[in-house]
Amino acid sequence: MTGVARRSVVIWLLATLAGVAIVWNSRFVADMSFFLPARPGAAQQVLVDQIRTGAVSRLLMLAIAGGDARQRAGLSRDLRRRLAAGPGFVAVQNGEAGSSDSDRDFLIRHRYLLSPAVSPERFTVDGLRAAIANSIDLVASPAGLMLKPLLARDPTGELVELLGSLDGGVQPASREGVWVSRDGERVMLLVQTRALGSDTDGQEAAIADIRREFAAAAAVAGIADATLQLSGPGVFAVNSRETIRSDVTRLSLISTVAIIAVLLFVYRSPRLLLLGLLPVASGALAGVVAVSLAYGMVFGITVGFGSALIGEAVDYSIYYFVQSGRIGVAAWRERFWPTIRLGVLTSVCGFGALVFSGFPGLAQLGLYSLSGVLTAALVTRFVLPHLAGSRPPARDLAGLGRAAACAFAALRAGRWPVLLLAALAAAHLFAHRDEMWNSSISALSSVSAADTAADQALRADIAAPDSRYMVVVAGADREAALVAAERAGESLDRLVAGGVIGGYDSPARFLPSLATQRARCASLPGADELHARLQAAQAGSPLAAGKLSAFIDDVAGARERCALTREALAGTSLALAVDALLLQRADGWSVLLPLHPPAGNAHAVRAALAGSVALFVDMKGELDQLYNDYLHEAMLLSLAGFAAIVALLAVALRSARRLAGVLLPLLLAVVLVIAGLGACGQQLQLLHLIGMLLIVAVGSNYALFFDRATVGGAIEPETLASMLVANLTTAIGFGTLALSQVPVLHAVGVTVGPGALLALVLAAIFVPRPAVP
Amino acid sequence: MRRSFCCLLLALLAMPAFAAFDVGELMGELARHRGGRAKFVEKKTIALLDQPLMSSGEMTYSASGRLERRTLTPKPETMVLDGEVLSIERDRKKLTVDLASQPEALAFIDSIRGTLTGNRAALERNYLLHLAGSSDKWTLTLLPSEPKIAALVQRITVSGGRGRVRTIEYLQADGDRSLLTIEPIESR
Repeated sequence: MTGVARRSVVIWLLATLAGVAIVWNSRFVADMSFFLPARPGAAQQVLVDQIRTGAVSRLLMLAIAGGDARQRAGLSRDLRRRLAAGPGFVAVQNGEAGSSDSDRDFLIRHRYLLSPAVSPERFTVDGLRAAIANSIDLVASPAGLMLKPLLARDPTGELVELLGSLDGGVQPASREGVWVSRDGERVMLLVQTRALGSDTDGQEAAIADIRREFAAAAAVAGIADATLQLSGPGVFAVNSRETIRSDVTRLSLISTVAIIAVLLFVYRSPRLLLLGLLPVASGALAGVVAVSLAYGMVFGITVGFGSALIGEAVDYSIYYFVQSGRIGVAAWRERFWPTIRLGVLTSVCGFGALVFSGFPGLAQLGLYSLSGVLTAALVTRFVLPHLAGSRPPARDLAGLGRAAACAFAALRAGRWPVLLLAALAAAHLFAHRDEMWNSSISALSSVSAADTAADQALRADIAAPDSRYMVVVAGADREAALVAAERAGESLDRLVAGGVIGGYDSPARFLPSLATQRARCASLPGADELHARLQAAQAGSPLAAGKLSAFIDDVAGARERCALTREALAGTSLALAVDALLLQRADGWSVLLPLHPPAGNAHAVRAALAGSVALFVDMKGELDQLYNDYLHEAMLLSLAGFAAIVALLAVALRSARRLAGVLLPLLLAVVLVIAGLGACGQQLQLLHLIGMLLIVAVGSNYALFFDRATVGGAIEPETLASMLVANLTTAIGFGTLALSQVPVLHAVGVTVGPGALLALVLAAIFVPRPAVP
Repeated sequence: MRRSFCCLLLALLAMPAFAAFDVGELMGELARHRGGRAKFVEKKTIALLDQPLMSSGEMTYSASGRLERRTLTPKPETMVLDGEVLSIERDRKKLTVDLASQPEALAFIDSIRGTLTGNRAALERNYLLHLAGSSDKWTLTLLPSEPKIAALVQRITVSGGRGRVRTIEYLQADGDRSLLTIEPIESR
């Protein structure tokens, strides 16, 4: 080896070692953040926070079937007790009473700070008389039985006021004292994990806990046929991650084995095979390193894209080994490298466009592929020749090349039919351009349709909150946020009264702002004053003032406790409600006010909130908007990438005719593939669009070799053969992705796999001057 | 008229067993009215209050287990007990309580429904039944069998005749009582 050669190899070795070290310390994730926007707007931020950390993303729904109703109820109670005892769950609800006792005690104790009815007027003589008369009417009613025990303590009925403002919404059906499905055949539990929705490991552990405790409880209860159905965002996250994991392993294995088989056939030598895989391995390594360094973590789907990268990156060593066999390294560098280099650059343009995406998953895929392809090409050019020796003895593929040339020559007759077909396909696509696209973000989701349906069924059975519509307010500190929530609550109260919304939740119900607490406290008269007013108010009433000493005591006590804090809520389920809705952020506090159905009249809600800082968010609408933003952006990026490729080729080829000769087969390939996907009933989504760009970026490699032939004489059989082999490996690499159950990978696979093959064939038959052997 | 005749006929048929008019027969008679409408007046005597509380209105009930109680005075209010779900509507506010989670309250409220519709099984789930009198004039006493219910109500006394409930009196555990007087509205 020369000094230069030795230096190249040493640099490569050191870089590889550093790369391995970086990958070793990289963080690999397979959660929703793949899809979440890198630069969210205010409403999208609410969505992102809810998906990552929100209470809804931590809810798991359980349905248990088997045994009879009584056995199931017993199992439900036992399972609740077991889960509540563990540290993994913040709340476990199954409809049992008991858990509400501490809530009730809290509400009774703090009713004068919490009741929205407390005002100075209410404690005047007239106010007291009216409120107490109303309570007496209530006691006369059938519900009176529940209220009577409190009458002497709470004659103004603050607890009733409080409970009245807490619209419990739709409750699940109940049997034997626990929640059941609507058909009564399954008991239902609702569990909130301590682990955040974005903590997939934590969710996995929580799910495992539930399954273990369920099995133990079912064994104790002696229900042999007990089955547990689980659903919720955590289950989706864990299942998706598993799908991605197994796909990554499976696809990489399939693509590697298939490509190795092809290479062994071509190289006839394990040594050459290993050498040929060096650029690929370097490329894959560089891809992960670049992503890890740029983003701080690597998505599982990105690694899954590796199988495509393998197919693409192995091309360069194939070109080198097959093409340099007869002419030697120096001549190869001179004659072929410029063409390969241009191909690499077009690929870089294609992948590079994705890097600018606001869709983090797409940006990672772009950076990963870009660095991978670039590295593989550089290692092939600068390192491989030194390691391989001067004349690698690959199989003589001239025969294959000649045969292919004959075949292509014969196919040239099909040029006009292909053009006609492409024209028809383009017309068809244009006519159906609106219904081709799947405009729902679920197109990208790895969650199966069956899982989604099961989730919706459980959700309906347990009346789980879907929190689709929310009003969000913010404040610099907790107090400011609560004040803002109370102000927004006043607007929402009017909407509730008008029937526009069914109701809403607010943390300020259980934890009013200190300002409100002070105002309510100041409404309470002193004991002597209250006594005197009661005497006046209750003259002639069936409830004599003399019997209300407990009331006077309670009011006096309330005047002593005028500052209710979050800590006072400890031990109640109200604390959970407050924590789920009152969130501390890096830059202050924000409050979520989920609206109860019906709440779909976004226009009326926005109008009511106009002029305030409150933000109305339709979570599903935001999610769909997010996807449409991605799609729109992907179109712009694809066009930009395409424009960059065209510009690059125009500069390199310096001929409109040659440029057209290179682009025509690529565009035909795109049109035919997309029309073919449509014919197979595939609805297009964002990644198909990206696939189109990649057909152009990857396919141009082949078209450029044919273009070279138009100026440099007929294409050599070896060159043609190397292209066939390289094309085959690329098609294998991308085609393997079509086997994936992850929609993101599948879409790229079904587009680029066939697209790459078509690009070669079309480039061969549309080459401006026939390639004569 | 025809119904009275039927009742009379039934009473004649029951003559031989007159002395032994039993719960089964009473329930059978009550259950024959598969739903109905009645006016009610309720008088609640509460120790804390110096005067009894009066309320009145209409009740409708059906054999399917739905009981609707529409109070007209002193304040309009509608209470519906459907299955195990109790909903109360008042001042255009609606409160829905699932009584499955509060079995004591359910047992208490269910005593009205069980008696009106002659649902023996429902009554015997929570109460021991004692019957005195004849088909024409009987008194059914319900004594709670569960301590948890006994903590709410000491005794429920139902009286009536000819397949109809006339009064239901509750004696609560704290000594307060309420007397519900029911007068059927003949359906067309």
